[in-house]
Amino acid sequence: MSELFWILLSAMVINNFTLTLFLGLCPFMGVSSRVATGLRMGAANIFVLVLTSISAWVLNTYVLADAPYLRLISFIVVIASLVQIVEMTIKKVSPTLFRELGIYLPLITTNCAILGLAIFQTSRGYGFLQGFAFALGAGLGLTLALVLMASIREQTELADVPAIARGTALVLIIAGSLSLAFMGFAGLLSAG
Amino acid sequence: MTTPLQVAAAPHLKGEMTTPRIMWGAVGSLVPVVAAATWFFGPSALLVVGSSTLGAVTTERLLGPPGALGDGSAMITGMLLGLTLPAGIPLWMAFLGSVFGIALGKVIFGGLGFNVFNPALLGRAFLQASFPVAITTWPGRPESWAALRGDNFAFPFASPQPDVITEATPLGLRKFEGADTPLWDLVTGSTGGSLGETAGIVILLCGAYLAARNYLNWRTPVSLLATTAVLSGALHLLDAARYPPPLFMLFSGGLLLGAVFMATDPVTSPVTNRGRWIFGAGIAALVVVIRVWGGLPEGVMYAILLMNALVPFINRATQPRVFGTRLAQAAT
Repeated sequence: MSELFWILLSAMVINNFTLTLFLGLCPFMGVSSRVATGLRMGAANIFVLVLTSISAWVLNTYVLADAPYLRLISFIVVIASLVQIVEMTIKKVSPTLFRELGIYLPLITTNCAILGLAIFQTSRGYGFLQGFAFALGAGLGLTLALVLMASIREQTELADVPAIARGTALVLIIAGSLSLAFMGFAGLLSAG
Repeated sequence: MTTPLQVAAAPHLKGEMTTPRIMWGAVGSLVPVVAAATWFFGPSALLVVGSSTLGAVTTERLLGPPGALGDGSAMITGMLLGLTLPAGIPLWMAFLGSVFGIALGKVIFGGLGFNVFNPALLGRAFLQASFPVAITTWPGRPESWAALRGDNFAFPFASPQPDVITEATPLGLRKFEGADTPLWDLVTGSTGGSLGETAGIVILLCGAYLAARNYLNWRTPVSLLATTAVLSGALHLLDAARYPPPLFMLFSGGLLLGAVFMATDPVTSPVTNRGRWIFGAGIAALVVVIRVWGGLPEGVMYAILLMNALVPFINRATQPRVFGTRLAQAAT
């Protein structure tokens, strides 16, 4: 149990996918202008990550046991179809959310965080529950990063930002600063 | 006699408390800390603090809005950054850290009042990530007070002279060698460490002066120090051999400097009093976690930066109720 907790915490904070490993930067830059949108993007990400983890585990255990060289391509195909299903569901259930997420939901398909999760999980040999905790932690970590970034961006909207830095430039600088701050968690797990 | 009618927009009564006044007050209260650092670390301390201050002031003058130097905030950033560095650091690194902190931590957000992260700490985090060896090389005490504590005048990007006698910080000793430092040494400051982190008593006195003049809000440092004491005290009671006593936690490392001068930065800390209590407690919790379980011996800088990132949230969560709103809700 405590191992699962450490996997979750490590994926969420210590090795945060976005701020420490620099995975999944497209949604981090693209959908972080409002906290509410960021939260929903994070929720979509958690959903896809958990599905990815489960399907990668199933693929690894039952289908690809004798053909590890097919891993990469099967991961991509399975994840892409999964995201299509998610997109169709969201389009049906919440057209507003679908419009707000716009291009970024299909982008999750090719998101390095998703593929990264499947590859990390495989190379670390996580079982089903460990993979689930890892995916949940990674998703929560992405959401945390998105929401932190969105709240800071909402605040800087009122700031007198110089013209050259407005928009993406400032977002990149905030992202770098957040990443510097997250370096403080380095090595937390190894000592504990 | 009739006096002409005076028409003016509010406010009609103005207080004496202005931003430059507070900032220059803080600059003045940093002078004793710099003096203490010079007493402990010799002329190297003055060189390092001077270099980082020069970097901050130059950057603010070149990139900032006209007249921004007058409010004294760039001066504080530079001095604070210098005080978080070891005495033997090459001067160009101290200069570069200030340039980074002011340019990318403050001016790019729109200058004073808009920055999200504390510029001094951002500059130090940048230096820590870029020059991890130079910033953790703590020089020992040479025979003569006037001797430099390291290769201060190293040429930029040349590898600095490695022949420095080093001394571990109390936190480093505790973490990597399991050795304790006597409390009296910690309080009086005769230990290794960054320039501004050894003179605990001086920092506390300066903080008390600032709080008495109402230049800083006492809630943040009180909440920070009390939470640190309670958390580390609880851990110490659980396992006295493994976890350090609360007084050691309070007086070692940059905790006092951070609590008095950095966590209280009016720009990067919450605007509500309830938020300030939460802010201080959050920093303390992160400091204890990073110091006790982390891979680094010291975590004050990261703890404050992380809590800086949470300030927009704290502000939102602690908005006071608008007068009369609950009545209106009850009526409908």
